[in-house]
Amino acid sequence: MMEPIALLVAATLSAGTPLALAALGLLVNERAGVVNLGAEGIMLVAAVAGFATAFHSGSTSLGIAAGALAGALLAAVLGGLVIWLNTHQGASGLALSLFGVGFSAFVGLGFVGKSLPPAPPLVLPVLSDLPWLGPALFRHHPMVYLTVALAVLLAWFLDRTRAGLVLRAIGESPESAHALGYPVRRIRLAALMAGGALCGMAGAYISVVYTPLWVEGMVAGRGWIALALTTFATWRPARVLLGAYLFGGVTMLQFHLQGVGVQVASQVLSMLPYLATIVVLALISRNPDWIRANMPASLGKPFHPGR
Amino acid sequence: MIEANKRAWLKAALAVSAASLALAGCGKKEEPKPAEPPAAAAPAPAPKPEPLKVAFIYVGPVGDAGWTFAHDNARKAVEKEFGDKIATSFVESVPEGPDAERVIRDLASQGNGLVFGTTFGYMEPMLKVAQQFKDVRFEHATGYKTAENMRTYDSRTYEGAYMAGVIAGRMTKSNTLGVVASIPIPEVIRNIDSFTLGARSVNPKVKTKVVWINAWFDPPKETEAATSLMNQGADVLMQNTDSSAVLQAAEKAGKFAFGWDSDMSKFGPGAHLASAVIDWSPYYKKAVRDKLEGTWKTGEVWWGVKEGAIDLVSISDKVPEDVRKKVEEVREGLKSGTFSIWKGPIKDQSGKEVLAKDQVADDKFLHDIKFYVQGVEGKVPGGN
Repeated sequence: MMEPIALLVAATLSAGTPLALAALGLLVNERAGVVNLGAEGIMLVAAVAGFATAFHSGSTSLGIAAGALAGALLAAVLGGLVIWLNTHQGASGLALSLFGVGFSAFVGLGFVGKSLPPAPPLVLPVLSDLPWLGPALFRHHPMVYLTVALAVLLAWFLDRTRAGLVLRAIGESPESAHALGYPVRRIRLAALMAGGALCGMAGAYISVVYTPLWVEGMVAGRGWIALALTTFATWRPARVLLGAYLFGGVTMLQFHLQGVGVQVASQVLSMLPYLATIVVLALISRNPDWIRANMPASLGKPFHPGR
Repeated sequence: MIEANKRAWLKAALAVSAASLALAGCGKKEEPKPAEPPAAAAPAPAPKPEPLKVAFIYVGPVGDAGWTFAHDNARKAVEKEFGDKIATSFVESVPEGPDAERVIRDLASQGNGLVFGTTFGYMEPMLKVAQQFKDVRFEHATGYKTAENMRTYDSRTYEGAYMAGVIAGRMTKSNTLGVVASIPIPEVIRNIDSFTLGARSVNPKVKTKVVWINAWFDPPKETEAATSLMNQGADVLMQNTDSSAVLQAAEKAGKFAFGWDSDMSKFGPGAHLASAVIDWSPYYKKAVRDKLEGTWKTGEVWWGVKEGAIDLVSISDKVPEDVRKKVEEVREGLKSGTFSIWKGPIKDQSGKEVLAKDQVADDKFLHDIKFYVQGVEGKVPGGN
């Protein structure tokens, strides 16, 4: 009985990884005051870019790097629109998302039906052979560990470094940061591109490592879940990680239960992340202190220097 | 000030979550694709007598390596067979829905004499158009409604599933098989049952676990479902979904799996045991010949191993000789009609006898299968 649970834990970790990566990226954006509704489209374009690169180069790492690059570039386009031209953030992001769905399908036409060799997990000398913990925690692709490390790093960056403080200040009150002499627009762009790169890595992880093939629309709503996750996690990196494993685990648990013979409607489960997010939103609007929310005060608002 | 802004943002965020709910729902379905003009595939050089124009409508891209790919291969075979007597064309990636009717009507009005619709969801639109174009002959795959000028055709995929089951039953060490299933309709349930019947014909200890993903094509979900089955002890997997994800997941985990719809051996050479492959070309040739010779009649056509419409191919070297022989016996039996897969005694999951000894299921029985046979675990979703 122990073994299936260890494997369920392992499957949950790898299913939660793309969600966590993308949500961490979106968290960086949002802490700087920019909301990026383009996540789904960015992930798809990055997935096809990553797949194409890995397919031609034979290298998983290059594929993921290409995904990150594609994500950063797309985010930069969004940045140009919402930071300099001050277009509506929500509408621009949605447009980017819809564009990404179509564009990735078009670019990926030549890759439909091709596949990559499976990416081997990282085997750690002693840890991977531990009786229960080994299969559960220590036989994963390096990206799984990298994601955890990134979450820790990000928490440290936001709470403990000066640069993190500036980023948060820009998300809270861009006017004050501007008055202090910080280049608000450029920092917002940097944050947006960093976030885009993380979303891109998430997309490439799906097409290169998780399911090593390309098919149209294969991100299948994970970008939206990641977006919901930042709110669900009240803009805290550690909670993002937990939330991602929770949402990833829900799917795996549902399949596990089916295998054991318990039927749960998958449609209900796919609603859960959004329902949970709405509950959190309702809680925040009652009293943010209840859940120690960290919502940036100027989230989603354009910034006009000199006004 | 800040408080007011937060309020405004929260409202926006609520709207966004609602929108994303709706969008995520859409994401599971086929994305509407930009309408493509009916791409004529190299019309044959105009011969003296007017060639018969034959059109195909596909639900996916021709490069999907599965369902649509198989249909397009058959189209090419037909073109080769009849040469300049016919001219074929196809329209790909037509979603099931209002667009389909427009495309079918387009094709009918362009002077096509024979139109093939290759997915279940084209049934109603095709029926509508068929009533307006009495001179055109329509062929619809996997449906159940016919008209004077509209015929249905299908492949007995369950015969492929049964032969795969024979191999699975002998190759499993854990006596646990896993099926990644798509949508709980009789066709899929019949395949799961036949797979299990095949396995239990050589190994009565076999149990089959089933995981439904409620989609035909969602590779990450297929991977997750396959992983979940292997985690629970399944060491040979089969799938009724359209991608190669299950085979690849098995390859990664060092377990066995099958190819479905097309030969998938190259996607997981270590895991691949065999592929159940649909071949539409015998039927497409017949349909075109019927139309050319003026013998076309409506009806419901269900072809199997006997007519060459389904087969188990690329059997791996890992499969021992005696098992191959057994598969060969089944194939020969199906071809000559001396063997029936659905022949009593067959019991359902609860132990109730659904087919008495020596009773052979007719097509109506097969079309209505909504129960699991003995050996399949779990419950049919929505069933009782």
